[in-house]
Amino acid sequence: MRSANSRHRLLLLGLFGLLLVSCVVSLGFGSAPVPVEVVWRVLLFKLLGIAPEVPAWTTGQEHIVWLIRVPRMLLAALVGGGLAMIGAVLQAVTRNPLADPHLLGVTSGATLGAVLVVLHIGELLGVLTLPLAAFIGALCSMLLVLAIASRHGRLDSDRLLLCGVAVAFVMMAAANLLLFLGDHRASSAVMFWMLGGLGLARWELLPIPAVSVLLGLALLLGMARSLNALMAGEQTAVTLGLNARKVRLLAFLICSLLTGVLVAISGSIGFVGLMVPHIARRLVGAEHSRLLPVCLLLGSLFLIWVDVAARTLISPEDLPIGIATAAIGGLFFIGLMRRR
Amino acid sequence: MSTLSISDLHWSPLGHGHCHHQFQLRNVELQVGASEFVGLIGPNGSGKTSLLRCAYRFNKPERGQVRLGEHDLWQQSSRWCAQRIAVVLQEFPDAFGLNVEEVVAMGRTPHKGLFDGDSHEDRQLVQEALQAVGLQGFDDHTFASLSGGEKQRVILARALVQQPQVLILDEPTNHLDPRYQLELLQQVRRLGIGTLASIHDLNLAAAFCDRLYVLDHGRIVASGTPDQVLTAELLQEVFGVRALIDRHPLADHPRLTWITQR
Repeated sequence: MRSANSRHRLLLLGLFGLLLVSCVVSLGFGSAPVPVEVVWRVLLFKLLGIAPEVPAWTTGQEHIVWLIRVPRMLLAALVGGGLAMIGAVLQAVTRNPLADPHLLGVTSGATLGAVLVVLHIGELLGVLTLPLAAFIGALCSMLLVLAIASRHGRLDSDRLLLCGVAVAFVMMAAANLLLFLGDHRASSAVMFWMLGGLGLARWELLPIPAVSVLLGLALLLGMARSLNALMAGEQTAVTLGLNARKVRLLAFLICSLLTGVLVAISGSIGFVGLMVPHIARRLVGAEHSRLLPVCLLLGSLFLIWVDVAARTLISPEDLPIGIATAAIGGLFFIGLMRRR
Repeated sequence: MSTLSISDLHWSPLGHGHCHHQFQLRNVELQVGASEFVGLIGPNGSGKTSLLRCAYRFNKPERGQVRLGEHDLWQQSSRWCAQRIAVVLQEFPDAFGLNVEEVVAMGRTPHKGLFDGDSHEDRQLVQEALQAVGLQGFDDHTFASLSGGEKQRVILARALVQQPQVLILDEPTNHLDPRYQLELLQQVRRLGIGTLASIHDLNLAAAFCDRLYVLDHGRIVASGTPDQVLTAELLQEVFGVRALIDRHPLADHPRLTWITQR
């Protein structure tokens, strides 16, 4: 018992250390490489105000590191960690190991929202138009799934999943139809967003996902026991004193809202939410108060480095990160299955 | 310790499409004393599972009451019930690689608030429960890797850490070898708390239960000690089988032998 606890604490510390190191080291990579030493000094200067006597970097480098890469790295960490955490919770709530954040219709709703606004209304609010439209779309589809799935005051996990998938298909069909019929230049903007990317990362934009992810983590940790019990099944959860419907509804709302925020900013980044929870469970087991923090850390690490791959592989172009996560994640999983 | 009592209970399945008369419960009266082992027997589809679900506050009765001591279960929260009534079901948490300790620790859920971790006392309870069911040292095994008998015992251990006043078991001996059937029922008896169990094997029911209730088409058609209840006429009438009934040669309870034709 004791040893399991201290082992877990050690793992958390190790992952956190690895994340901190990655946060710094990853900033050096990109179409214009910056030496790690310079990155370090820029960070020291910006964060702690420690300036070297002789300027050791150019203004360009400072710009690249502080205004472009740091927000992007932070967004990667937030999106990766958030999606992984949501995936773990949805898998438990639906008792389905294949559940992931995009399965419940939220992402397709976001896509439809983005397509509608960008193609037919135009950029009303500048850069923020697309994320806002996407988030509203995500909200609508979430409510739609809930309205269809709940019946006789119940909310079965099977119904929830099936409704999510059905709504997702209808929304995607509508979005694709609009894209197919619409103006090609506007379409390509939406397409680029759909493939997933962290290019929107700005300092001003970061507080929203940061607060959402941390709030989500706190709420879900508070529900950890209920989530554990739900894994045991509907009947058992009731015999353990839970209102299964309430727990499921709450988890669904938290997950959908958080997914909506993350997808709106970064597009549909697949596979993180599906794969990372399974890896995390191998490390710490399925108990949620231990699983969720590990998911958050692993997801952050994963997406930070995938984003490094995305901006270096075909530099100076950015590879859409959705392509990179899917390819790397898929290959990783195949490797894992073969070794078993 | 309190008595679980069901009085004038009526219940029928709702919203399940097929509205036939199976599983309907009518006029059910049933008591489980403070340290009594009560068996529920009856043919398939007679409503045993539905009745048990009423007894643990899953099915809400249309009429009548389910009480624990002085309290009507439906006047209390499901959490209140879970602190007093533990249930062993045929529902196994096989997915996600949960280990034995995690599954047993779930039993503490009704006694815990938001953000409460497992205290030293909780862990102690888990260890004691594992010991009670003969699975000490199995903490780290994944639940899915256990045999059917071991799984059933883990679920029993989970019920134990709930520290219940009443235990309800739905077909606890299903799919178990004779040895584990006997061991499990012995373990439950030894706990000495009020127990209501549906049991398929009538010889096991005769051997372990203080009293039996016979359910047929949703009505209690007989109740009493195994000696009073298990008669050739009743078996013919309710189960539609012929049986010889004599005394068990080594113990003081009736023994059933099916009269089979080939």
